[in-house]
Amino acid sequence: MRVSRRTLLASAAGSAAILKFGATGSWAQGAPIKVGILHSLSGTMAISETTLKDVMLMLIEEQNKKGGVLGRRLEAVVTDPASNWPLFAEKARELITRDRVSATFGCWTSVSRKSVLPVFKELNNILFYPVQYEGEESERNVFYTGAAPNQQAIPAVDYLMSKDGGEVKRWVLAGTDYVYPRTTNRILEAYLRSKGVAASDIMINYTPFGHSDWQTIVASIKTFGAAGKKTAVVSTINGDANVPFYKELGNQGVKATDIPVVAFSVGEEELAGIDTKPLLGHLAAWNYFQSVKNPDNEAFIKTWQAFTRNPKRVTNDPMEAHYIGFNMWVKAVEKAKTVDVDAVIDALPGIKQANLTGGISEMLPNHHITKPVMIGEVREDGQFDVVWQTAGLVPGDAWSKHLEGSKDLIGDWVGRKCGNWNTVTNRCGA
Amino acid sequence: MQRSMAASVGMHRRSMKKASMAGFLAMLVLFAALLALPARAQSYDAAIDRFLSDSFPDTEAGIAALQAAGDPRGVAVLEALLDRRLFVVAASRTVLVRDRAGQTSDARTGQAVANAPDGAVMVRLNNRLRGLAQAALGAMTLLSPDPERRRLAAEAVFRSRDASALPAIDKALETENVPRVRAALREARAAILLADAQAPIAERIAAAAFIGEIGDQDGIGLLRQTLANAQGPLREAVEAAIKRAEFSQQLRRAGQTFWFGLSLGSVLLLAAIGLAITFGVMGVINMAHGEMVMIGAYVTFVVQDIIRTHAPHLFDWSLPIALPLAFVVTGLIGIAIERGIIRFLYGRPLETLLATFGVSLVLQQAVRTAFGPTNREVGAPSYMSGSFEFIGMQITYGRLWILVFTFAVFFLLLAVLKATALGLHMRAVTQNRRMAASMGIRTGFVDAMTFGLGSGIAGLAGVALSQIDNVSPNLGQSYIIDSFMVVVFGGVGNLWGTLVAAFTLGIANKVLEPFAGAVLGKILILILLILFIQKRPRGLFALKGRAVEQ
Repeated sequence: MRVSRRTLLASAAGSAAILKFGATGSWAQGAPIKVGILHSLSGTMAISETTLKDVMLMLIEEQNKKGGVLGRRLEAVVTDPASNWPLFAEKARELITRDRVSATFGCWTSVSRKSVLPVFKELNNILFYPVQYEGEESERNVFYTGAAPNQQAIPAVDYLMSKDGGEVKRWVLAGTDYVYPRTTNRILEAYLRSKGVAASDIMINYTPFGHSDWQTIVASIKTFGAAGKKTAVVSTINGDANVPFYKELGNQGVKATDIPVVAFSVGEEELAGIDTKPLLGHLAAWNYFQSVKNPDNEAFIKTWQAFTRNPKRVTNDPMEAHYIGFNMWVKAVEKAKTVDVDAVIDALPGIKQANLTGGISEMLPNHHITKPVMIGEVREDGQFDVVWQTAGLVPGDAWSKHLEGSKDLIGDWVGRKCGNWNTVTNRCGA
Repeated sequence: MQRSMAASVGMHRRSMKKASMAGFLAMLVLFAALLALPARAQSYDAAIDRFLSDSFPDTEAGIAALQAAGDPRGVAVLEALLDRRLFVVAASRTVLVRDRAGQTSDARTGQAVANAPDGAVMVRLNNRLRGLAQAALGAMTLLSPDPERRRLAAEAVFRSRDASALPAIDKALETENVPRVRAALREARAAILLADAQAPIAERIAAAAFIGEIGDQDGIGLLRQTLANAQGPLREAVEAAIKRAEFSQQLRRAGQTFWFGLSLGSVLLLAAIGLAITFGVMGVINMAHGEMVMIGAYVTFVVQDIIRTHAPHLFDWSLPIALPLAFVVTGLIGIAIERGIIRFLYGRPLETLLATFGVSLVLQQAVRTAFGPTNREVGAPSYMSGSFEFIGMQITYGRLWILVFTFAVFFLLLAVLKATALGLHMRAVTQNRRMAASMGIRTGFVDAMTFGLGSGIAGLAGVALSQIDNVSPNLGQSYIIDSFMVVVFGGVGNLWGTLVAAFTLGIANKVLEPFAGAVLGKILILILLILFIQKRPRGLFALKGRAVEQ
């Protein structure tokens, strides 16, 4: 008997399928649902993104223990875009067309999100983006589970202006030179000016990525702070440059009681590797802190430390964002009874999910979620004490109310099916 | 004895009326004091009770009440509050103080408590309360026997400008004889008078002049604050004082910029010296140079990690121990790279560039796999942290030691090249390889040693840079461009050129930074460098003679 190459291949594929089925015999129906994970595991951003890949693997494993979704097992597809922005788009295309994922969880920097955006629109798939960002965006295919500026930057400034925050009158807006700090500082500047802060009382400073020589800048912050008005630094300085910045503050004797620094990109993960002495009393604004006492949070931390086999592993805000986003996706798939992209996108707005700090977050029609805002103070063990918190949950604004050209826009993917609906002209598209 | 007693009794009798009057008065005073003692204790207890609720407004009231009570026990409570050593147990309504040695005691009774009971919660603070607590503590410790504490107290009062502390300051000034504490006290006194609108105008004018003379930044802040609502002669005095203070600030700022430039230059030099050997002397475009620096920093981390777990008392020695280890480790890796890869590529610069770039990626990912992608904590030994004032400039110890270390490495290297057999061989091989070979020098061995030396020095740089930068797999990348810039600018193959180039770039960078900002400043430097290289392609100090022709 002559066996053709084609039949041989077919039978090999068949037996492989049987093997696979045998291994996952308990899963009654159909093939596993694939979930893409698009986080850098090498290069500059690996420092932050590797953790998010691990937390996604953990969430998927936990969901499978509960019986998967729609009776089907979830399968994670991990790719490494290597902190290379064009590679993000390439890997996203691979995930959607080759691996046929039902949804993707990924990206950290705004530039990587902007780079994959056309791919998700073209191939119609879902991206969950877990990091605080500059806003000014609402896309049908993207769900933003991190904070918009009105869920982090604006409340932080409000706190510093309050009596407990020290009634700050003079502001240093220091950031790394890229899109997130520049847009956030533009919003903050407009907001501060609207609150009656004079232009001469605002100092804006940008530094390159990974800046390590902070001597001049810290000295100029000191000079700026010596004008006889309470001064604070609002820092959008990105990851790596923070450590030398705080060290220099400590070395030059700038204390948190004199000039507090409130950071938007410094969390538990960033503090895990550094000497916290020079940071004590400085502040961070987030929607989640590991130190928040809550049964859900304690269970999450326990599972995470067991999953990583490291009793000291910390949790942070973007991890919570993935926790919320993933559970929202699961609920939406169960509501739609399918993983079909259009059905899930339509099902997601309105989905509610308990967050890890005791509130119930909801997916809004503009694809952002409601979150609590907290101000935490650095303690010596690298954790934060919550010193202030908003009364309720703050809904995320896709478009800032404080910027010309964006204050009339809203995102509404439920009624108006439009990401930038102009409420003045009542038309879609600015 | 007997007589004097009798005399006194006699006297007593004689002035019976008067004495009984005085005795009555004394009794009265004593009685009042006895009454006051429990009153003071009561107000202390009431102040302590304020902390029980652990809410910010109550804690604020508690701090004020402790200062008002004036009980010496309050000092320990406030210090514990500031150091996060104050706990409350809501169930038993007790406030516990843990002292620096770790012993816990009840704040009211002072009785030792064996173990902090369950449900003990640390009293929280925010920055505003921290400032208030420091001010209160300052007012209470102005007469402390410890001069350092008195100085801190004076500084806290300077910051709070609390007029109620003025009598205490005046009293402290009467007896104070430590000069720096005295200066701090006088400054605090001037600050109070200047800020107090009720104080006599002449005193306020004198205070403004005094603060203007000191001319530090906090003083300028205070003067500007006063200027906002000052009139007449006081306004003039304050304006003059600001002008004076600002002039001395400008002088200091210029000095400070120079120092920052020196410090940046020393970092650039340190990162570039190793490259001056591998690239400058050998001509190898070594893209893996930055990774050698990074590995040196990781050696420091490993050494500190071992010391932390096995011999914490040796922590201050961690850097001296790490230095030779880092040199050996990175030197051996360098030799392995030279023998394994680079020696097959001599004379092919493009291939060398690509191969060493590949090596740098491999090393980065290897470290990332071994140590994880997150930053590693490298602590600063006591002599590397903090700062001191030198003619009004803030000099940080870490940066100063790095400057000293850089010069030590530089001159050591110079000595190796000029005064040892290996150095002689190195120079011979780089100047004329074939001639050196025919004189019996093992050129292959010398190549390996030279590359090892350059790499080892990069490792030394890593130990120093671990003190001021993140220890992460990306550490080296941030230095490689700057290092090449320094070596090319200084003139390839010339160590002195590297030295001059590093400090020139460092100071130029720091002079430009305040005007142009960090990003634009760096771009400007690059543009200037490109223009300079157009004019002098061989850098500042070009090698002359036959070596150039190769």
